Amino acid sequence: MDFEEAEAKELLGQAGIPVPPGELCLDVEAAAAAVRRLGRSAVKAQVPSGKRGKAGGIRLVDDAGQARAAAKAILGMEIAGYRIERLLVEKCASIAQELYAAVLTDVESRAPVVLFSSAGGMDIEEIAAERPHSIFRVPADIARGVERARVRSVLQGAALGEDLDAVTDVLVRLYELYSRTDAELVEINPLARLRGGGLLALDCKLSLDDAALFRQPELARRGAPERTTELERRARSLGLKYIELPGNVGVLANGAGLTMTTMDVIEHCGGAPANFLEIGGDAYTKAEAALGLVLANPRVKSVIVNFCGAFARTDVMAAGVVEAWQKLKPRLPVFFSVHGTGEEEAVELIKQRLRIEPFDRMEDAVRAAVEAAG
Amino acid sequence: MIVRRSDRVVVQGITGRQGSFWTEKMLAYGTRIVAGVNPKRAGDMHGEVPVYASVRDAAREIGGVDTSVMFIPPSAALSAAEDAVAAGVRLLVVLTEHIPSHDVMRMHALAAPAGCRIVGPNTAGLVTPGEAFVGIMPAFNRRVFRPGSIGVISRSGSLGTLICLNLVDAGHGQSAFIGIGGDPMLGTTVADALKEFERDRKTEAIVLVGEIGGAMEEAAADTIAAMRKPVVSFIAGRASPPGRKMGHAGAIVMGSRGSYWSKRHALEAAGVRVVDTPAAVAEALPRSPGFDPREPA
Repeated sequence: MDFEEAEAKELLGQAGIPVPPGELCLDVEAAAAAVRRLGRSAVKAQVPSGKRGKAGGIRLVDDAGQARAAAKAILGMEIAGYRIERLLVEKCASIAQELYAAVLTDVESRAPVVLFSSAGGMDIEEIAAERPHSIFRVPADIARGVERARVRSVLQGAALGEDLDAVTDVLVRLYELYSRTDAELVEINPLARLRGGGLLALDCKLSLDDAALFRQPELARRGAPERTTELERRARSLGLKYIELPGNVGVLANGAGLTMTTMDVIEHCGGAPANFLEIGGDAYTKAEAALGLVLANPRVKSVIVNFCGAFARTDVMAAGVVEAWQKLKPRLPVFFSVHGTGEEEAVELIKQRLRIEPFDRMEDAVRAAVEAAG
Repeated sequence: MIVRRSDRVVVQGITGRQGSFWTEKMLAYGTRIVAGVNPKRAGDMHGEVPVYASVRDAAREIGGVDTSVMFIPPSAALSAAEDAVAAGVRLLVVLTEHIPSHDVMRMHALAAPAGCRIVGPNTAGLVTPGEAFVGIMPAFNRRVFRPGSIGVISRSGSLGTLICLNLVDAGHGQSAFIGIGGDPMLGTTVADALKEFERDRKTEAIVLVGEIGGAMEEAAADTIAAMRKPVVSFIAGRASPPGRKMGHAGAIVMGSRGSYWSKRHALEAAGVRVVDTPAAVAEALPRSPGFDPREPA
């Protein structure tokens, strides 16, 4: 789950990391009033995605009049598929240097890592490509956390002068925030060194582990809603993983690997999948609702049902599909391939109730579905 | 990580719906299940299997266990793993999906120094056809698993099942199936499983069932280049859009990282035959001399 900048900064502030004075504004007049109070400010679109600067989502303003114009231009703008409805108006700072600070889960080492660079302001990928020697890494121990002395000693090489201790502080606190919130990534970029001394977090990205939201109920409410289609929302409320795709062959399969593979074979046969939808794990009992979702997409011209049961029983899944098919009576061709746990019962059920002969090879079932979709 | 009939296995969460169902299947197959765990049912018998409050208690009472398989919900997975590691389990099979990633890191951090290998999280388990299995794979289905010489490595249970079915269909059998899991941070990587099959005497060729996301296949390329045994691979996710989690938490392409082509190119450069469809896997395998598909297991 991602967070908008304003939410992330509130958490930074609570963690003891300095953030600029700012106000969250929902309309043009609020933005103008905020700038009257704060003086020269940045008006920033709130969107849980990078690249908003390049998209015109950040404007610098000197007074209330400019703030009004900026807010008017940004509100309602669409960035990365999100409609902008909230603005963060933040007092401008006098920056001497832009730094980069982050704590993230490093999948390869299976441990958290603290990252710092003296070349902030651009993406970490760009920093890694252009200024690799500016990056400092401190591996952390998930059980014991990160030691302040170790962070400080690694940062010795970063030419931070009198700000060395302040930057160390920020990184240690950032780690605490990462740890406390079950984050996957918390990133301050840029972390500004100010002309008059001191540090200020100018932008912040926070991404929490979806699997941990059950024990972060308060944060779960504050996260940004994911950009989803109507059908994807419906799937979520049913506890199913559904992703809408531009093709016309509807897909119903069990297990992530088999579902992706079904899509791959559709493309291999010259077709295009209309969706990703898997009913693996405990969801195998939801085949009826799942088929309803597949059919609710008006682009779907044919359906491939591909089951390979291990944990998931194909007889239970087939019963759900048959039930849904007879209830919804779609005028679409459907093609089956069914193997694994419960296979004999499943095949019998499909033959009896739908008068359809399942294909032995999934490749053949998929090819037939692609041809039928035209 | 190849499960043997002699391995002493404990089932954590044995009394739950799934734990109970699969314990029966494992026992019927020949897996040596010596204990079950449920803190609230200590002292009970689950069929023939004694139930203990913890793996530590079980190990103390029956004189050590080798392997534990966890049928445990995500929120309790870390403490269950702590228990198993403290009990001296050498192989911990974590079936649970959606364990918080900070807990997964803690799990790995405590298992490694204790000499405990984790398989998973989010694995469908391990199968050695004709011998034993732990997890939730249809080991008992003779159309899917038969003793043979192909080592199968898969991130996915469902796709692994399909590939195994195709192998048997084509007259092959498996030396073992290693489900490594669909999570992003796995205890046993593609490279670990490849090395195991390279060492295993029964294995003559290896099928690697990869999927998009992460860099495990790329990281295994060096291992493969140094291997003697042939490797054939199918990688799922070629048609998947970037930036979306395709069911498995680990199956996501970020920028070019984790992409289908990055994996395919890395594997092909290491000498792997990468095929386009699951059915093509069996065709790409070398046939071993003296192998008779009609021979009963």
